[in-house]
Amino acid sequence: MSDELDDLKTLMDAAMPAPDAKRRSENLDMAQKSFAQIQGSRVGTRPTVERGFLARVTEGAKSMLNALSHRGALAATTAVAAVALVMIVPQTRDIMVNPTSRSENRAAAPQVSALSSETDLADELPEVALEEPVVEAPLAVEEAIAPSSKRVQGFAAQGGTTAGLLGGVVEPSIAPEQNTEAFSNGETNPLKVTAEDPVSTFSIDVDTASYSIVRSSLMSGHLPPKDAVRVEEMVNYFPYSYPAPEGDVPFRPTITVTPTPWNEGTQLVHIGIQGAMPEIDDRPPLNLVFLIDTSGSMQDANKLPLLKQSFRLLLSELLPADQVSIVTYAGSAGQVLEPTSASERTKILSALEQLEAGGSTAGQAGLQQAYQVAEGMASDGEVTRVILATDGDFNVGLSDPDALEDFIAKKRDSGTFLSVLGFGRGNLDDATMQALAQHGNGQAAYIDTLGEARKVLVDQLTGALFPIANDVKIQVEFNPAQIAEYRLIGYETRALRREDFSNDKVDAGDIGAGHSVTAIYEVTPVGSDAIRNGPLRYATETAPEGSEELGYLKLRYKSPGATDSQLIEQPILLGQGVSNDDVRFSYAIAGFGQLLRGGEYLGEWSYDDAIALANESKGTDPFGYRAEAVTLMRLAETLSQ
Amino acid sequence: MACVLLFEMRMMTSDEDLAKAAAGGDADAFATLLARHYDRMFRLAFRLTGRAEAAEDLTQDICAALPAKIAGFRAQAKFTTWLYRVVVNAAEDARRRQASRDRAATGWGDVEQMRRAEAAEATEAMNWLQQAMNSLPDELRETLALTLEDDMTHAQAANVLDVSEGTVSWRLSEVRKRLRAMKQEELANE
Repeated sequence: MSDELDDLKTLMDAAMPAPDAKRRSENLDMAQKSFAQIQGSRVGTRPTVERGFLARVTEGAKSMLNALSHRGALAATTAVAAVALVMIVPQTRDIMVNPTSRSENRAAAPQVSALSSETDLADELPEVALEEPVVEAPLAVEEAIAPSSKRVQGFAAQGGTTAGLLGGVVEPSIAPEQNTEAFSNGETNPLKVTAEDPVSTFSIDVDTASYSIVRSSLMSGHLPPKDAVRVEEMVNYFPYSYPAPEGDVPFRPTITVTPTPWNEGTQLVHIGIQGAMPEIDDRPPLNLVFLIDTSGSMQDANKLPLLKQSFRLLLSELLPADQVSIVTYAGSAGQVLEPTSASERTKILSALEQLEAGGSTAGQAGLQQAYQVAEGMASDGEVTRVILATDGDFNVGLSDPDALEDFIAKKRDSGTFLSVLGFGRGNLDDATMQALAQHGNGQAAYIDTLGEARKVLVDQLTGALFPIANDVKIQVEFNPAQIAEYRLIGYETRALRREDFSNDKVDAGDIGAGHSVTAIYEVTPVGSDAIRNGPLRYATETAPEGSEELGYLKLRYKSPGATDSQLIEQPILLGQGVSNDDVRFSYAIAGFGQLLRGGEYLGEWSYDDAIALANESKGTDPFGYRAEAVTLMRLAETLSQ
Repeated sequence: MACVLLFEMRMMTSDEDLAKAAAGGDADAFATLLARHYDRMFRLAFRLTGRAEAAEDLTQDICAALPAKIAGFRAQAKFTTWLYRVVVNAAEDARRRQASRDRAATGWGDVEQMRRAEAAEATEAMNWLQQAMNSLPDELRETLALTLEDDMTHAQAANVLDVSEGTVSWRLSEVRKRLRAMKQEELANE
């Protein structure tokens, strides 16, 4: 796994020069002198204890400073000292590190010029200028924080609209210091030139957390952080009814090639994968271990109480042969419900009622215990899964994230899977949620409302909990004779190496019963006005003749429990398939997601266009999911103005 | 293990105690501390900047700034965590200043010339290393530069960068992915 890093470390160690000995001693001297000077400027406020040679050298200057008590005079003198320092080391003038302009906190203070701050420093040093950081600045800052940190500037630079608009909005219910959310995302997939890089490989993704996070942000009046938007998860949030598989195959891909709503010169290749839906009554018994975070922060109404309500909903869907157990971590600790048949509703519900959030975080081996319980429950032909519910505290007993992922991956291979449910906002560690669920062959979902709980736990109970195909990978090879450029929309965090496609040891996403998964490519035909990369001067441009195919789709999957993968292949043709509401709605959502990420490839296409497209393709929408999406688009449009 | 620790405690005052003493004005403590960590600062500076000369300059800048900064050390963090943070921030400041100067004064042509002259001198492996480090976005490079330090845990790197541990490991896996892609590209070009 880490050979790349090891190789790089070896190179780096070999390349590492020794620090220049002369400069080392000069620098140490210089620092010592400047230390003495600064100490000298503070006399009167604290005793000095200098004894060394350098201290004696600076003794004179110090006694002079000692004699001066007037504040203005003191500042003047130290200004001279600062100038002297610059003269001793002339090279530092240009890129002098400003000692006070940046605090150690990453949410940095404004820049001040080196000299003036040297002077200020002498005056204010002990009181103000050099505060140790007390507040940890988060990586992906929630909207509530003013965009002063460099991380937010990052969003602004990439996302264009995001941070600038958020500047004035402060949500009182989410205090900045509580906010330590971290999101997992990559740079938007770039446009690829088919002639240079004809093959695109990725793992499917059935997570939906990103859509819920986007919704929760918009509902509370902020645009979501750009990194919280994973387009494929937004698209895959919605149920689509793509043609179902026939016979024994677990799923069926359907390809549709249509013009692009946001670009006249390109086409969209829509790949819709529909998983088979086995009869509910025939399903194997389930063993579920709920690993529940009971740290103090879980007591908010949208966390533990919502979790309890969600759990009740789930319970009503379980069959008597299913077993449930509850293990808690952080706050209270240990197994609160031994493995119990789902038919003993009263026992389960009373254990659930007694769950309380509170107390400080008690690190303990919650995860190991949950898996231990799960393994005790497992028997042949049953499906065993640990469901971790948390608001972001992953102090589950293994603190090294790599070890944690390895542990989960090992358990996955022995047949116990993991799903992660996120609750509440403010501390949600989306990155870790993603990583854990991916390693555990599970779904990472974010639950913000009871409606969402029903969708995730009940409507999709079968899908989320019964994988019908494991390690599903998609590889598309585009034909350079037909397609000049292409880009994959979303799936930034799911990219695979080309050779990983046929390597059955490389893990990938899973499709559950009844799941549908969508992948969309935007392709630019040869000869189109929309080609962005001009022709190369020195490349030999001999377009291969012959094939009418736009490309070739390959899918690999493993049947549950199998170690060898199977292959499904299909060519991609111009005008293939029939566009319908499902396809068009997925385009509306893909466009919406891209707009939230900055709309790099969308040209003039706007929220208005997304709303129009979504409205006309809503279809029957029995649960109102699509109508809700239109509402969110409207909100985003307002917030981005 | 305990033996070693005891031994070390007798022989050396801890970084944190030295730093606290230095913050209180003890020049000897400051001298000891700086001498103890000078090479470590230099190594990180090198990994962040990729050039020996730049690393020397950066280390010098930090030496110039530390006497003032040390007064702000409050022993809430490990001293090395605090120090790494200073180095990472200083590198970022220098890079930002460098970037604005390049745009204002020299322009890309000169930079390109400089780069070529350097590349000619460097070995192929060094070339690759520089290219690899340069190709990484700043956040990934910072994270990588930190975690390449011996004994650096993800937790400490996360502390230095003010991000979660999960983010550090995600970034490292991202780095791996990119390095892999780079190698693949090279193989394809051969």
